[in-house]
Amino acid sequence: MQYLPNVLFAVLLAVTAVLFAKQASKIRRNILLGRDLDRSDNPKLRWKTMFMVALGQSKMVKRPVAGLLHIVVYAGFVIINIEVIEILIDGLFSTHRVLLFMGAFYDFLIGSFEILAILVLVACLIFLIRRNVLKIKRFWSREMTSWPRSDANLILITEVLLMSAFLLMNASDSILQERMVEHFSKAGAFPISSFFVPLFDGMSTDSLIFMERFCWWFHIVGIFAFINYLPISKHFHIILAFPNVYYSNLEKLGRFSNIGAVTNEVKLMMDPTATPPPADGAPQTFGAKDIQDLTWKSIMDGYTCTECGRCSAVCPANQTGKLLSPRKIMMDVRDRAEEVGKNIDKHGKDFNDGKMLVNDYITAEELWACTTCNACTDACPVNNDPLAVIVELRRYLVMEKSEAPKELNNMFTNIENNGAPWQFPMSDRLNWAKEEQ
Amino acid sequence: MSQLVVPTMAEMTAKGETPEVLFWVGCSGSFDDRAKKITRTMAQLLTKAKVKFAVLGTEEACTGDPAKRAGNEFLFQMQAFTNIQVLNAYNVKKVVTTCPHCFNTLKNEYPELGGNYEVMHHTELLQILLNDGRLSVAGGKFKGKKITYHDACYLGRANDVYEAPRDLIAKLDSEFVEMKRSRAKGLCCGAGGAQMWKEPEKGNKDINIERTEDALEVSPDIIATGCPYCNTMLTDGVKNKNKEGQVKVFDLAELVAQASDL
Repeated sequence: MQYLPNVLFAVLLAVTAVLFAKQASKIRRNILLGRDLDRSDNPKLRWKTMFMVALGQSKMVKRPVAGLLHIVVYAGFVIINIEVIEILIDGLFSTHRVLLFMGAFYDFLIGSFEILAILVLVACLIFLIRRNVLKIKRFWSREMTSWPRSDANLILITEVLLMSAFLLMNASDSILQERMVEHFSKAGAFPISSFFVPLFDGMSTDSLIFMERFCWWFHIVGIFAFINYLPISKHFHIILAFPNVYYSNLEKLGRFSNIGAVTNEVKLMMDPTATPPPADGAPQTFGAKDIQDLTWKSIMDGYTCTECGRCSAVCPANQTGKLLSPRKIMMDVRDRAEEVGKNIDKHGKDFNDGKMLVNDYITAEELWACTTCNACTDACPVNNDPLAVIVELRRYLVMEKSEAPKELNNMFTNIENNGAPWQFPMSDRLNWAKEEQ
Repeated sequence: MSQLVVPTMAEMTAKGETPEVLFWVGCSGSFDDRAKKITRTMAQLLTKAKVKFAVLGTEEACTGDPAKRAGNEFLFQMQAFTNIQVLNAYNVKKVVTTCPHCFNTLKNEYPELGGNYEVMHHTELLQILLNDGRLSVAGGKFKGKKITYHDACYLGRANDVYEAPRDLIAKLDSEFVEMKRSRAKGLCCGAGGAQMWKEPEKGNKDINIERTEDALEVSPDIIATGCPYCNTMLTDGVKNKNKEGQVKVFDLAELVAQASDL
């Protein structure tokens, strides 16, 4: 009986690890459904970008209020997790505060965790108020339906509960330490939880032990549950933000990819004597109709998106009431990737559900509203590129379906016929030099 | 004013000469009445600075930018290969253009297809010419005038050219005022991504009106731009607000020309 808690703990830990590995590997598989893209160049600059943008949150602070609050939660999350190491050891080996041999440094650690915990708690409460009371516009736009809103609230409430459990655990622990209860050796500094001590001081030792144990288990089981909530939540960004920024586009934002398959065809058209390059595999769709036609990086963008809506807040089309929302583009990519992934799980690799990313998720009206201004890509704190998806879907509509808006077809025809988007002959191109000022 | 002499690459090559720089005029600069004025002004400035330049003239064709942004990669690459053949045949090394869209396409998308040139936006070249003393601006012309600058997306965010245009305005001895949204945060004029050729999608406002309001908020005398499309969109916006009497939209080349007494 004595080992029951340890066994239970070990089982929970193992289940958490296995479940998470399973979910993460499915997301990895879904990301790799995308087309190849080589982003292995320039590792030095990539590490630097990751250090600045992901670790250093350089783009988050461009909106200072949300940015600074986010840094508090982020720093709290990372640092307080040192405590989890101790919890894991204590849980597995029935020790109590196993790291206290560090002495004064241990007190410093616990004290810092407490200060961070209260900061995180307050920041999360402010975030909840911003979303639910102040109703900041970007959290209530069209694509922020009930699940994305609940997801955000669930994450924030979970963090509030986890931090509360941590502080209450310390409060009861410190009283037990004062009462010299066996097992509760004197350790730690409690700059925050000491304020809660008067609330529980009158409780019996047994009740306090129960409270301490309850909070301890609540905290760690909460973390285990939260880890496995991540893969179905926007909160997965805490993991993917790092590789996503590492593999982000390092080119000038104005540079769009040139389609290699088109280059081959155009070369053949311009020089009929040229030999076509050997075809490798099935002919590639021009542009993208579904997630398999996007690059793996675009799908990773979708899974990394944390739905903050900074992209849509700066989008000229979105600000002027058009349907286009770059955030929705990212969410649609992820949701479609999830759907395709579930189909593969249920029906095998080649199952076709008759749906596509274009039309079923993202409409032509959204796509044609984009000015390709790159405000969204510039604003994204995790270096997502919604514009890459928009352009691939436009390419599909134009090159595979011939479904460009009529005015754009006229523009194409003009360029084909007279080398300008308007109907002026090339022979008139130098007329400006002869006209009067 | 003396007659504008604009040599073509064909003429220059026939004489066995090589220009210092090729002036890429672009479709807007060749055909749009407002943009043609900017083209002429730029040609005059180049002449005044004694820059040996040439244009392709009737051998120039659309870079393919609007086709590419609209998703027509075939048409884009057809244009690109045709232009690259011409440019490479003339052994062009340096290009200047008054259009940020041509600038971006030539600079970023042509190299992979075999077209490698040093490409400059005209504000960058004008900055160099002024710094080197090949052009000069007389003070006083814009004294007390309030000028704001609208960042073209394909110059600013797309290519990080923020300083050259602002430096030109600083040289004009005017009062420069920045819009609330500027540089990387600048709002698009609404014409990019092939929007220039189509009606906007359904919404509650036109983008150029939103941007014009940004500009009018700082009550400028002049809105400066470095892009023919932005110029059109903001001129329309100012008209829409019935402010064309008080607020003028000018290309930076025109402002430099005015200050150089051209």
